[in-house]
Amino acid sequence: MRLSHLVALAFATALALWALAGCGQPPPEEGGGRTASETTGETTSETTGEETTVAEALSPGEGTLVVYSGRSEELVGPIFEQFEERSGVDVQVRYGDTAELAATILEEGDNSPADLFFAQDPGALGALDDEGRLTELPREILDRVPPRFRADDGDWVGTSGRARVVAYNTDELAEADLPDSILDFTDPEWGGRIGWAPTNGSFQAFVTALRELEGEEGAREWLEGIQANDPFAYPDNLTAIEGVASGEVDVAFVNHYYLYQVQEERGGDVPVANYYLQDGDPGALVLAAGAGVLDSAENPRAAESFLEFALSQEAQQYFADETVEYPLVEGVEIDEELVPLDQIQSPEIDLSDLDDLQGTLELLRETGVL
Amino acid sequence: MTGPPAALTETLRGGKAPRKRPPVLLTLPAALVVAALMLPIAYLVVRSFESGWETVAEVLLDGETLAVLGRSALLAATVTGASVVLAVPLAWLTTRTDLPARRTWAVLAALPLVIPSYVGGFVLVSALGPRGMLQGVLEPLGVQRLPEIYGFPGATLALTIFSYPYVFLTVRAALRGTDPALEEASRSLGSGAWATFFRVTLPQMRPAIVAGGLLVALYTLSDFGAVSLLQYDSFAREIYLQYRSAFDRTPAAILALMLVLLTATILLVEGRTRGRAGYYGRAREARPVVLGRWRWPALLLCGGVVAVSLAAPVGVLLFWLLRGLLAGEPLRTLWHAAASSLYASGLAAVFAALAALPIAVLAVRFPGKLSGLAERATYLGYALPGIVLALSLVFFGANYAPWAYQTLGLLVFAYVVHFLPQAVGATRSALLQVRPSVEEAARGLGRGPASVLATVTAPLASSGILAGAALVFLTTMKELPATLLLSPTGFETLATRVWSATSEAFYARAAAPALLLILLSAVPMYLLVIRERTG
Repeated sequence: MRLSHLVALAFATALALWALAGCGQPPPEEGGGRTASETTGETTSETTGEETTVAEALSPGEGTLVVYSGRSEELVGPIFEQFEERSGVDVQVRYGDTAELAATILEEGDNSPADLFFAQDPGALGALDDEGRLTELPREILDRVPPRFRADDGDWVGTSGRARVVAYNTDELAEADLPDSILDFTDPEWGGRIGWAPTNGSFQAFVTALRELEGEEGAREWLEGIQANDPFAYPDNLTAIEGVASGEVDVAFVNHYYLYQVQEERGGDVPVANYYLQDGDPGALVLAAGAGVLDSAENPRAAESFLEFALSQEAQQYFADETVEYPLVEGVEIDEELVPLDQIQSPEIDLSDLDDLQGTLELLRETGVL
Repeated sequence: MTGPPAALTETLRGGKAPRKRPPVLLTLPAALVVAALMLPIAYLVVRSFESGWETVAEVLLDGETLAVLGRSALLAATVTGASVVLAVPLAWLTTRTDLPARRTWAVLAALPLVIPSYVGGFVLVSALGPRGMLQGVLEPLGVQRLPEIYGFPGATLALTIFSYPYVFLTVRAALRGTDPALEEASRSLGSGAWATFFRVTLPQMRPAIVAGGLLVALYTLSDFGAVSLLQYDSFAREIYLQYRSAFDRTPAAILALMLVLLTATILLVEGRTRGRAGYYGRAREARPVVLGRWRWPALLLCGGVVAVSLAAPVGVLLFWLLRGLLAGEPLRTLWHAAASSLYASGLAAVFAALAALPIAVLAVRFPGKLSGLAERATYLGYALPGIVLALSLVFFGANYAPWAYQTLGLLVFAYVVHFLPQAVGATRSALLQVRPSVEEAARGLGRGPASVLATVTAPLASSGILAGAALVFLTTMKELPATLLLSPTGFETLATRVWSATSEAFYARAAAPALLLILLSAVPMYLLVIRERTG
């Protein structure tokens, strides 16, 4: 610890000098016309970097809410904007990679500026929970979603669902040609016809579920069986669907909503359909994105009222319409092409049980998938 | 001091000059810069050892760790070798021959550097995948499937085509900066063009090749975008997987510390091969080598490299953009993000150039153990994956300097720590071509050291300083992990816009900011290459 103090001292000195050298001077573009000429063509009208001031007196709907969002602005930006409009809370969002933001919160410790962590998958929330960095949410928030979509200890809550599906090429296959279980894709008849995205977080969560449901050996056998069928590894779900559409592969293991994205992007019909597995098959897993309030939050009240908003009919309808995800609260209409959540015969598993990502990555490594 | 002999080249570090003590004006800022550079390393040491030696031993003795070390070293060596093989002929062709439209080729061949690896890698996967776009083109010829590009071949290809310009630029600068008299003498004494190239030109280029190669090697170690998209398990990917899987920062820190050691080893090797000669002959335009029939293979080489490394990625981005627009995707305004990108990158370029100056002057004018060490130290931050650097500054910033945390100041600080060696290297090369006698004359005429540095040395080395600043500018434009974690909340750059769209796989939305990013970075690159003529 003493070392870290020493280093910190050096750091503070360096930064102070930096500030003196940098900020104490007239604007940098007046650096004498030599080195600075490189930047003269650039606009410096930008004045970002205003201080984050947190109001002392917090009554509901006031102050600033700082969110670290692992979900991208493209998808959830409008939700934050609507909340800001409604509540009068000033919302400041830092977007980033879910895992990197979780590591950031852990590095920041008690000084974290974040009030709320909005994560792509429950794994990162579980990791923060394990370190005691999340606080328990009020019952009325938790009770809005089914128990399997929230933490056992009530420290995080799911906000929208994603179903694992098998996307298939409708020119090559009919739904009747597809097996009843994801486990049957190890059959040699699927050789060279399968696409997957092993680096994708949802795929890895599915493998974790597989380990829970079928045991370590069962999961290993499945992975080895698929590997033996020479699958195409895609960098992400969307390229996997594009692979199905182009006939590169016949089927791909993906999340349900990417199909709609491809349709939108291509602006028309794509010869791909989603196939939902049944009877509690591991392949029919439903995952969720979720959020939790930090123990160091300066404005936990605003964070909670955001969660209330995110689980309101209105916001859930947004998820259903815009991101084509599954709303987790009842009474929200979903896209007619989707199989309703209560009709998906999902395996009996709690999302908070899917926290051993490390074991999954080791298994993927050992079987040569990653 | 004895005056410089009239010889065309002379040894700068001959050790004959009496030892001078560097002025405090140089040593103090240099010491501060080095102290700043040591922060990430200090963080890694603290994190690595916080759970005791057992954890360190466990990670180090894991067979997988050694394998990662081997794979990273192999990748860095291969990419560096391939970059040199690609870049040296291109640099020579575009400076010393009568290649048609050679300045256009020079600009085009330098431009792949502005393409972010997370964009380039992605394009490569979709274009060269087993049934990617290339296969679609070849299908009528009966090609059903191309070989897999994932793993080592793909990662090597991607990193080579997007980082060879480092060697290309340094070698071009060296070719422009050296006196062609030696080559002319060789030719007039009866040696052919090939023999002259290998026996005279190439040895003169050696310091430049080594300097550019070093940047390529270290960039390869730090890059995450290409290795993750092409699924090659190097340090950067392994470190990210550690953050992802365990959310335990200790193993990641130990791996990063090993990467630092690997970097130090590479720097040691580089120190041995760099060579000690400084060349300050009179630079002037060489009489071009007449290519004759060799013109065609030369054009083919230039065209091939530019097609793969520049035209293909830009073409695919344009395709995505058009497809999106046709599907009704609205074009969003980007000027806000573009202004932020330009502003932050501009600040980083200016501060990096300023920070590099004392280090480079010390290394060139006061060669010694300490100044050499200071110069080498600048490279350590460069080889670290951006996420490691970012988290180290998150740690220090949030806990010990909360007033600076998530401000533009700390972000620019991170950029400078990350990209400083690009500025140091270019400034150093330029200083090597400034005769010390000029500075001494100014001192003799009564100028103080500060005044000489500001009014004589810096202006004479200005082309190098500008080149360094431009390189920092380009790489900052592309930077992602530090920008995401350390920027002021709500700060949006072109790179974060690209990332935001690709992370949800909205290619059409990613294409416009990616193209604008490439376009804006291309401007300084263009000026850089064009300027060389007079510089």
